[in-house]
Amino acid sequence: MATRRRRRAGADATAGWMFTLPIIIILGVFLVVPVLMAAWVSVSDWTGRGSPFSGDVSFIGLQNYQQILAEPGLPQRDFGISLRNNLYYVLLVVPLQTILSLLLATAVNRRAMRGVGFFRTAFYFPSVTSAVAITVLWLFLFSATGPINKLISFIGLTGPNWFQDPRGVVHVIAGWFGVESAPGALTSPGPLGVTGWEWLAGPSVAMFALILMAVFTTSGTFMLLFLAALQALDPEVDEAAMMDGANRFQRFTRITVPQLRPTVFTVVTLGLIGTWQVFDQIYTGTQGGPSKTTLTPAYLSYAAAFEGQRWGQGAAISFILFFIIVALTLLQRWALKERGGVPRRRRAAARRTRREGAPA
Amino acid sequence: MSVMTTPAPAAAAPRARRRSRMGTGTAGLYLLLGVLALIYIYPFLIQIATSFKTDADAASTPLSLIPSSWSLLAYERLFAHSDFPTWAMNSFIVTLVVTLGRVFFNSLAGYALARLDFRGRGVVFALLVAVMAVPGVVLLIPRFLVINTLGIYDSYAGMILPLLADATGVFIMKNFFESIPRSVEEQAQIDGASTFRVFWSIVLPMATPALMTIVILSFQGSWNELNHFIVSTQSPSLTTLTKGVAQLASGQLSQGSQYPLKLAAAALMTVPVIVVFLIFQRRIMNVSAGAVKG
Repeated sequence: MATRRRRRAGADATAGWMFTLPIIIILGVFLVVPVLMAAWVSVSDWTGRGSPFSGDVSFIGLQNYQQILAEPGLPQRDFGISLRNNLYYVLLVVPLQTILSLLLATAVNRRAMRGVGFFRTAFYFPSVTSAVAITVLWLFLFSATGPINKLISFIGLTGPNWFQDPRGVVHVIAGWFGVESAPGALTSPGPLGVTGWEWLAGPSVAMFALILMAVFTTSGTFMLLFLAALQALDPEVDEAAMMDGANRFQRFTRITVPQLRPTVFTVVTLGLIGTWQVFDQIYTGTQGGPSKTTLTPAYLSYAAAFEGQRWGQGAAISFILFFIIVALTLLQRWALKERGGVPRRRRAAARRTRREGAPA
Repeated sequence: MSVMTTPAPAAAAPRARRRSRMGTGTAGLYLLLGVLALIYIYPFLIQIATSFKTDADAASTPLSLIPSSWSLLAYERLFAHSDFPTWAMNSFIVTLVVTLGRVFFNSLAGYALARLDFRGRGVVFALLVAVMAVPGVVLLIPRFLVINTLGIYDSYAGMILPLLADATGVFIMKNFFESIPRSVEEQAQIDGASTFRVFWSIVLPMATPALMTIVILSFQGSWNELNHFIVSTQSPSLTTLTKGVAQLASGQLSQGSQYPLKLAAAALMTVPVIVVFLIFQRRIMNVSAGAVKG
């Protein structure tokens, strides 16, 4: 018996490595090694010709990072602009998609309601389509003579030529109040070579259309997260509040939302991580235009390397973006651990529904 | 007598009022949901309708769901005068191979991590956790570098192999195998079956639900994948649907707006995902909620 068990353990060890070897090799070759190679390229002067490890390529320290972050010039300005564009994208998409998905989940969280399945499917549907397909649709919806402008014309207004319009939304609104050009204090180059007036421009009209698209496509996915959390809530708490005379709105804001805090946190951090990775939409739709107002760091790193042959800079931008996203991921892990202070009973309930609900 | 009867109407009145308020509340909710559903669905209806319109019709009546004259020109041109069929074939090939590969490798590794006791298991597990945090978008340049160095740029190998790296799938399989009672395998082990045999003919067939999850996730993932194909291929014969349609949309392949053509292409490329979605609807809606929470 003992020998057999020992033989079993030996077999386990061999099989364990045999079974995990394929995935280790794949992850190593296509994830770990590439990151290391890119780290080298980001501190080298490789121009895309030949191998980045040949003798002609030399180590130039942090020069690429400096050109992006510190030295005044086009690379720095482009990076500053892309950071601004993406910041406004994050600032608008994350709150909007979180609130909308929470409201959608609350509205369809009724087992007894007829047709509730249809509504869930309708709201989730945009999430299954690819970024490419939805961008193509969006380009048409927001074209100069497209459906959205047709709708706007019904109320007697003329819609903008969305994807060709580089005006910042804040600038447009300032224009309504007579502020047409930058006040003196905002004209000199500020951080990353971008003037204060440009930093405050807000998302361009074109970027705004992309922001609406992101909210449209992701709200369904996050609705499902909120729905799962809502169904794991203890109905007794809500009933108790109802007995105490709280109306539906009070119960929602004072009872339901505070209980959903961990899920809100998950949705917000997932949103923060996702909204820094805008690439497919830009590649398909705008290529960074009009006037670079939809340029994002992800697209800029691609364009710098593959189109501008400035590989070192492209790789350096990738790494800066990587650090932003990793920082946000760590923040999420930390916060879930620290603040996951859910009452034990509810956590058990959540676990139960997870086991029953999710197939995995 | 009067003492007995007076409270009754007083109690009945609020109940009736509440019922009627609930009635209007439900009607209001239906109205709200109906309007929202229209906003979510109508764009896709416009998309299908426009794909059957002429270019001029698409510009003049963008909102209407019925073309003033039906035109199959967009579809004719896609199938007869463009590389669309090639793109579709490439997408099918890549998606099929990636899905099969992920099912096999993920379940192998997941089983080992869940059941087999081997030295270094902790390290492998830590590697997986670390790797899961790497966002795909920052891998554009790195992946191109390694594909180029290995000499598999512009080949099916370069398109497929990197997409097999899927740490999330390994986790899903590992979690599932941990939920199966050990006793099932122990009987087979006593009978002298090899570890692979136990895995292949006893454990794997029991894992169908988790395997379906992997199939769905990897089907959606590789069918909708764009940026990896941008950096791993250049020849038109290896273009996938996402890359082809993206280039069509950005005007690299065509002139003028040609919205019916573009919308037809985007609609067709969505059909397989919709079919999978409708078949596995219940499971997909659970997976999306469970994958992030898990």
